[in-house]
Amino acid sequence: MKFISEAADKRIPCYRVLSDDGYPIAGSRFEQVDKETAVKMYKSMVTLQIMDNIFYEAQRQGRISFYLTSTGEEAINIATAAALTSDDVILPQYREPGILLWRGFTLQEFANQCFGNSADYGKGKQMPIHYGSNKHNFFTISSPIATQLPQAAGVAYSLKMDKKEACVVAFTGDGGTSEGDFHAGLNFAAVMDAPVLFICRNNGWAISTPISEQFRSDGVVVKGQAYGIRSIRVDGNDALAVYNTIRAAREMVIHEQKPVLVEALSYRVGHHSTSDDSTKYRPVDEIEHWKTARNPLARFRKWVHKNGWWTDDEESELRGSIRKQLLNAIQVAEKMEKPVLAEMFSDVYDDLPSNLHEQEKSLRETIKRHRQDYPTDVPV
Amino acid sequence: MDRDPRVCVFGEDVGHYGGSYKVTKGLAEKYGDLRVLDTPIAENSFTGMGVGAAMTGLRPVIEGMNMGFLLLAFNQISDNCGMLHYTSGGQFTIPTVIRGPGGVGRQLGAEHSQRLESYFQSIPGIQLVACSTVYNAKGLMKAAIRSENPVVLFEHVLLYNLKERIPDEEYVLSLEEAEMVRPGEHITILTYSRMRYHVMQAAKTLVNKGYDPEVIDIRSLKPFDLYTIGNSVKKTHRVLIVEECMRTGGIGASLTAAINENFHDYLDAPIVCLSSQDVPTPYAGTLEEWTVVQPAQIVAAVEQLCQ
Repeated sequence: MKFISEAADKRIPCYRVLSDDGYPIAGSRFEQVDKETAVKMYKSMVTLQIMDNIFYEAQRQGRISFYLTSTGEEAINIATAAALTSDDVILPQYREPGILLWRGFTLQEFANQCFGNSADYGKGKQMPIHYGSNKHNFFTISSPIATQLPQAAGVAYSLKMDKKEACVVAFTGDGGTSEGDFHAGLNFAAVMDAPVLFICRNNGWAISTPISEQFRSDGVVVKGQAYGIRSIRVDGNDALAVYNTIRAAREMVIHEQKPVLVEALSYRVGHHSTSDDSTKYRPVDEIEHWKTARNPLARFRKWVHKNGWWTDDEESELRGSIRKQLLNAIQVAEKMEKPVLAEMFSDVYDDLPSNLHEQEKSLRETIKRHRQDYPTDVPV
Repeated sequence: MDRDPRVCVFGEDVGHYGGSYKVTKGLAEKYGDLRVLDTPIAENSFTGMGVGAAMTGLRPVIEGMNMGFLLLAFNQISDNCGMLHYTSGGQFTIPTVIRGPGGVGRQLGAEHSQRLESYFQSIPGIQLVACSTVYNAKGLMKAAIRSENPVVLFEHVLLYNLKERIPDEEYVLSLEEAEMVRPGEHITILTYSRMRYHVMQAAKTLVNKGYDPEVIDIRSLKPFDLYTIGNSVKKTHRVLIVEECMRTGGIGASLTAAINENFHDYLDAPIVCLSSQDVPTPYAGTLEEWTVVQPAQIVAAVEQLCQ
């Protein structure tokens, strides 16, 4: 009679390519990334970082109502996006805007969604950072945690029927693995041989809950085996390692037609969102450490710089340019008209049913009678 | 499923087992294991899977083995089925059909005797229909599959054995229309699903006693067909609602409010709603019978209303 221990003797090691100084680690196998891709990756990481800073500040100034940063997780965002193709369908949690950025979503489009103006693809009907774009194969974000995981099996099922050379990429955080949908989503994908790549961004915190209070297992990677799913743990702050891992995992998912689980270890440098102040539950020097010494941008920059592919001049020029573009995008988005009143009732169903028609009419009459009590910047 | 290759079926035991009420019998043999998919036991998951598949262009028909189990799928039905078309600004549609047997059966126990239409009626973005005859079951199912909106189709555990002659030609019914079962002059009786049969039984007795009830099977639970219902109220001026939902917060409660609001001037008497009591359905056969509205109660209510 032999019980399987609750904890292995050693923790599952994580795959790494670059040291903290940006040097390839001896003995680490990886596929070289060409100059064009590497520079695009680095520039995108910088753009994401600056976009987060500026939109966060805009919320603080009261210009947008809410924002959520991906600070500290830029490598996971961009390196994953670079390793996928535009046909791969993304089911995000909410800390993956870098994928949209990589796929060509413009700073103006991001700003429009955050301001909920008439150019927002969501027509102002979802809260800021809940992006969605079917033309970019990026499903509209839904706030409840992990609901996208069972949906991933459905999308994969659809891809299987069409025999497409693409996979589904479903994200969740460390906290999301506690949800029932995580269990069911992974179990289904395994049973159905669904081509889903599950990526868990283990950033150490679920609002104020540290991973020590989230699960007792050795992180998330060990859960894969429980479902019969191949899994790997990667250093999420190492852009090259993430790139290589996702490339390899994607191949497996598509050609073997089975799910794979990737646990990307990282740290949530920012607060959970603009509604949170994380200094209340974690030490400031811990945050500082990950912001500086363990910064994914710095690490990747060192490597790109060493290859002679990036200079300090280009750096300051890029940062200045992005900043200007963002401030401009915000100005434009802020001035743009809000969606018209009719949009409040559109898209509930395909056509407007009689009861909604009635409700809209009733609302219009009320607004007409009490125009001064209603916002003037919403066109009726 | 023949007409449109995107239509597929998900649920527990729907494949070779043919479904617990044999609704999907023979489909797996004909269309294969992928299009008629047996899922593990996780309602929230296969409903979520249906949402994901629908967002990618398929038209899934999701079966809840018993409607009561769909309470576990409430999050996916409400937050995702109902809302994603709206929150994505119309970019993604969710043309799913969610169906299954519900209602009070014969001693199935409280958890298997629920009336989910009560709980789902507030969810914005979905449509609810209830079938009651062989003819309308086929017509409503086709309409639900072809609709671009998510539709919940309520079947009843005790109505699967009905036999009826239906046309060979294809027909599709409207998801927003009520069915005139028996035109009449004295009173409007509104009902749906199995209670239609109790009402018709009561109608026989009523006719013998000299009454002329108008019986309407509302079929569309969300939205209500207030056009058909309104015309009837304007004619008879008296309304009796007969439902299987519980008294509090049922379809009858909403229908009473809607009729009062819209047709108050045409009513000669307050609306009477006969519902089940606010209790879980007991297992004992006699007790179970008393929780469901019986023809004798319907006759008594009509007699009182028409005084």
